[in-house]
Order: sequence, then structure tokens, then C-alpha cells
Amino acid sequence: MNSKLVCGFFALSFCSLSAISLMVEPGFFDRSPVLLLLFPAIYVSAAKVMSLLTAYGDQGRPLSRYSRISVPLVFALIVGLTWESMVSGYQVPFVLLPPPSTIVSAFFNNTSILWADFRQTYLKAVLAGYVIGCTSGFVVAKLAVKSRYLQNGLVPMGNFMSAIPIVGIAPIMVMWFGFDWQSKAAVIVVMTFFPMFINTLTGLKSVDALQKDLFHTYAATKTQTFFKSQLPQALPFIFNALKINSTLALIGAIVAEFFGTPIVGMGFRISTEVGRMNMDMVWATILVAALAGSISYGALALLEKATLFWHASVRGMRAR
Amino acid sequence: MHEKWFAIASFIVIIIGAWYLFALLMNGNQLVNNYERRNMDWTISSVVAEAYQVKRPMLPAPHQVIDELYNTVFDTRITSKRSLVFHTLITLQSTLLGFLLGTALGILIAVGIVHNRTLEASLMPWVIASQTIPILAIAPMIVVVLGAVGLTGLVPKSIISMYLSFFPVTIGMVKGLRSADSLHMELLHTYSANAHQLFWKLRWFSAQPYLFASLKVGIAAALVGAIVGELPTGAQGGLGARLLSGSYYGQTTQIWSALFMAALLGSVLVWLVSLAEKVLLRRRGLAHE
Repeated sequence: MNSKLVCGFFALSFCSLSAISLMVEPGFFDRSPVLLLLFPAIYVSAAKVMSLLTAYGDQGRPLSRYSRISVPLVFALIVGLTWESMVSGYQVPFVLLPPPSTIVSAFFNNTSILWADFRQTYLKAVLAGYVIGCTSGFVVAKLAVKSRYLQNGLVPMGNFMSAIPIVGIAPIMVMWFGFDWQSKAAVIVVMTFFPMFINTLTGLKSVDALQKDLFHTYAATKTQTFFKSQLPQALPFIFNALKINSTLALIGAIVAEFFGTPIVGMGFRISTEVGRMNMDMVWATILVAALAGSISYGALALLEKATLFWHASVRGMRAR
Repeated sequence: MHEKWFAIASFIVIIIGAWYLFALLMNGNQLVNNYERRNMDWTISSVVAEAYQVKRPMLPAPHQVIDELYNTVFDTRITSKRSLVFHTLITLQSTLLGFLLGTALGILIAVGIVHNRTLEASLMPWVIASQTIPILAIAPMIVVVLGAVGLTGLVPKSIISMYLSFFPVTIGMVKGLRSADSLHMELLHTYSANAHQLFWKLRWFSAQPYLFASLKVGIAAALVGAIVGELPTGAQGGLGARLLSGSYYGQTTQIWSALFMAALLGSVLVWLVSLAEKVLLRRRGLAHE
């Protein structure tokens, strides 16, 4: 009963504020600062609604899954609404911060340009570099797990590489491999190799001693031991590296494009449109990058859930 | 122990050897092309002799990089724009400021998340999502936009560093603050300790080992943020500006020496954090020997 009341109050103030920000001509906060009082009202009611939704989500009722998802969405809605109304209410210059609505419309009006950029940066550079870097990291870790010498030499190097800013090699790679996507892929290979190597090595070494003995008593061949015991045990670590690398790869490609690129690509788009003060286009490109990053991360997380359904980390998540 | 040092030393030797070999191949190839274009005669020995002394090599040999490092670090006054120390200090400033801000923000968010279930449900997904967004991509824009408002120099770069370094701190601190021994928690409950006392007498201490592990990741990330933030500021200085101007003018030795300096700075910063960790945790008898 009480929760319905709060929800209604929230919806009411939410609608009124969005109506104001959409209908009234820009600059309304300057003229009538009283309207600013709507914000505390909205925040208080939103906080109430979110805590109610959270409590409902924790109870494990049939609809709990949806209420758990809706909590962060409400939070994002509040942020977006504040952004939109503040920008138009105070007439913030377009160059500084375009309102979200302009960004979304820029996104839909320039889909062909954005798609070409996406293809150049993501489908060519990121995918190629990611696949090569992760595969080579995995293969070297597989070799190193048997050799103490390789481990002793490569592990300190991996630790060292994690402390240094590897994106700095971007100008060198651009010089060696040219302006096209190959140089970006090369940067990504170097960036993704060591996280994959270190994680796979840790994973392959984490095999339970009892399990090793068990496989020995079954007279399992090396291949069998690897595919049925070592690899499954290492998978959580490998997925961890894959997830870290998916973000690193996108960053590497975009930063490398600042150092030289053909006239297409997400990094190129950002740096040129900043120069031309087309901020909505810049933010639309960032939106593409954010979507690409989040979707690839989410896809990897789903894949992890599907392949590691038997592992304690995933089972624990489901129970919660 | 000996085995370890042998492996590391032999790896370093192999890398340096391969470096000289590649420098010879890549620069030599360039030289040979040059000679043939001008129809000049060349012998292998003359190419080998020249390959390590090219002014703008494809790959400078290690001694050329060390030479450049020595010149720009020791033989140039620190106030001069040609001094690498000058640029390193600029980068160091924004790294440290961003790191401090990021750590403070990270701890704050973690404390909020641990104490408030609603904050956790609404914020945690966005904390994770924030790292899948390649913020480094918009780093130049943040610098340009804040510059237009009149915020130039240190602050915009530190904001980027902050954004990159808060995440590991938040994740580590949430884990750490929750890692307090349940027996201890129950003991404090029987003393009827409130949340405030629980935090300062137990949780804060159980979180410290986790905090230091995240600080090491965070400070490396802050350095990356500072360097990328310097890319669009052009001539203003910093290691990132050094990289960019080196790539514009084809000054490869300059790029490599800036890169070496960045690597050195990164490892020194991480080493300092782990030193602080050792000192602090040893005083509590927690250090892993």
C-alpha cells in the first residue's frame, strides 16, 4: 500500500520534470529557480523506489529478477533526466555538453558513418588483435606450464608489463605497420598477450593435486588430462582474462588511431569531430564504443555462464 | 633462487640480442633501399656500421635509446623543455593527483556499497559497466572541453586518471570490507558495537591487504590515464606529449626514450606502493615473507 503510494509520487514528479524539460523553452532554470525544488523531490522518491525494488528483489519472489534489473535502470534514468534538464534548463553551450536527446538523434542520423567506423575499428582491428593476442597468450602459457625456465623468465616480465603503460607503443606500431588496421591490431596483440598468459598459467597450475592423482590412476593420456582436467579447471581464469582483454583491446585500437589512421575509424572520428566542435557526433561515437564494450563484455559473461555452469563461482551466483 | 635469476638474466640477454638483430634488419633494409634509389654501391659491412647510427631509425638500437635518455635526463637543465625530467614531473603530478582522487572516490563508493543494499543494487552494475566503456577514447575530449571552460593543465588529466584508478579500488575494497572474519564480527555484535565502530575497529583493518593490492593496479592505471590525457594537449608537456611530438616528427629515439621513462616511472610507482604495503602490513604482522 505504502509502496504503491511512493511509486505513484515518484512517477508523478518524474513525468512533470520531463514535461518541463521537453515543453518549456530553454533557460527555464535561469528564469524560475523554484523549479529546481523538483530535484530533491525526485531524488528522495527515486531512492525510496529503488530501496523498495531492492528489498523485493532480495525476497526471491517470481518477479524478483526483473526488479533486480530495474534498480540500476532507474538510477540511469535519474542521471539521464538530470543531465537533460540541467543542460537545457541552464542553456549549457552545446560545445560543452550536448543533452542526451541530441546524442541519440545524432546516433540514429549518422548510422552509416558510425557503422563504417565500427567496421574499421572493431571488426577489423579489435577482433584480429584480440584473437591473435589471446591465442598466443594461451599457447605460450600452455608451453610454460611444463617448463620452470619459461615461467621464471616470463612471469616477472608479465608483472613488469602490467605496471607500464603499453598503449605508449602505439606510435611505434603505427610507424612499423602503417596507418591501416594492422598497426592497431599489433598494439592490441601486445596489450592482450600478458593478461592472457598470466591468467592461463595460474589457471593451469591451479589443478587440484587429488584430481591429478585420480587421472593418473585412470592411466589418462596427456591429451585426456589436459582436456578433461586442466582446461576445465583453468576456464574461470581464462574467461577472466578474456573479459579484461575485451576492454583493453577497444581502448588500444581507439588510442592507436590518435596517432594516424585512414579517414575512417572511431578514434579518428572522435579526434576530428572534437576539432570541428561537433560534440553530438563525438558523443554518438562514444555511445557506439560504450555499446560495443558492454555488449562484448556481456556476451563473454553469458558464454562463461553457459560453459561454466558446473563451476562453484557460477553456481553460487545462481543461488544468490 | 639462482635458477630464477638465471632465467630472468637470460631472458634479458635474449631480448637485447633480438633487439640489436631487428634494429640491424629494419634499419639496414631502409638503408639498402636508400642506396639503391641513389644507385650507390654498398657492402654488408658498411650497412652494418651505419645501421646503428641512423638519425631517424625504424628501430633505434638500445645504446641509442640509452644515449638519448642520458642526454635528456642528465645533460639538460630540468627547467628546459628538452629535459625528459621536466616532462616526467608533469606526468607524475597528474598521475598522483588522479590516483589520490580515484582512491578516495573508490573507497567512498565501496563504503557506501557495503553499508547500503540499495546503493549496491543501483551502483554496482554501473561501476562494472563504467570499465567496459573505453573512457580513454574520450580522454582527449575531456581535456579539450574542460580546457574550453578554463580548466587547463593538471585537472583534466587527473580526472581521467581518477576515472581509471577508482574501479580497482572500489572492487578490492568491497571485497576487503566484507572479508572480516565472521567470528570477529559476531564478537563485536555481542559488544553491541554500532556500524561506525564496526567499521573503524574491524572492517577497515580487514580491508587493508585488499586495498594495497588494488592500489598497485590503480596507480598503474592512473599513469596510463595521465599519459593518454596528454596526447591532445600537444606541446604543453608530459610524457604523452613527448610520444605524440616524436611520432609527428619521426623522432623515434624520442618515442623510445619517453616509453622507457614511462616504464621506469610505472614500475617505480608500483614498487613504492608495495613498499608501503610491506611496511604497514609487517607492523601488523601480516606480511607474507
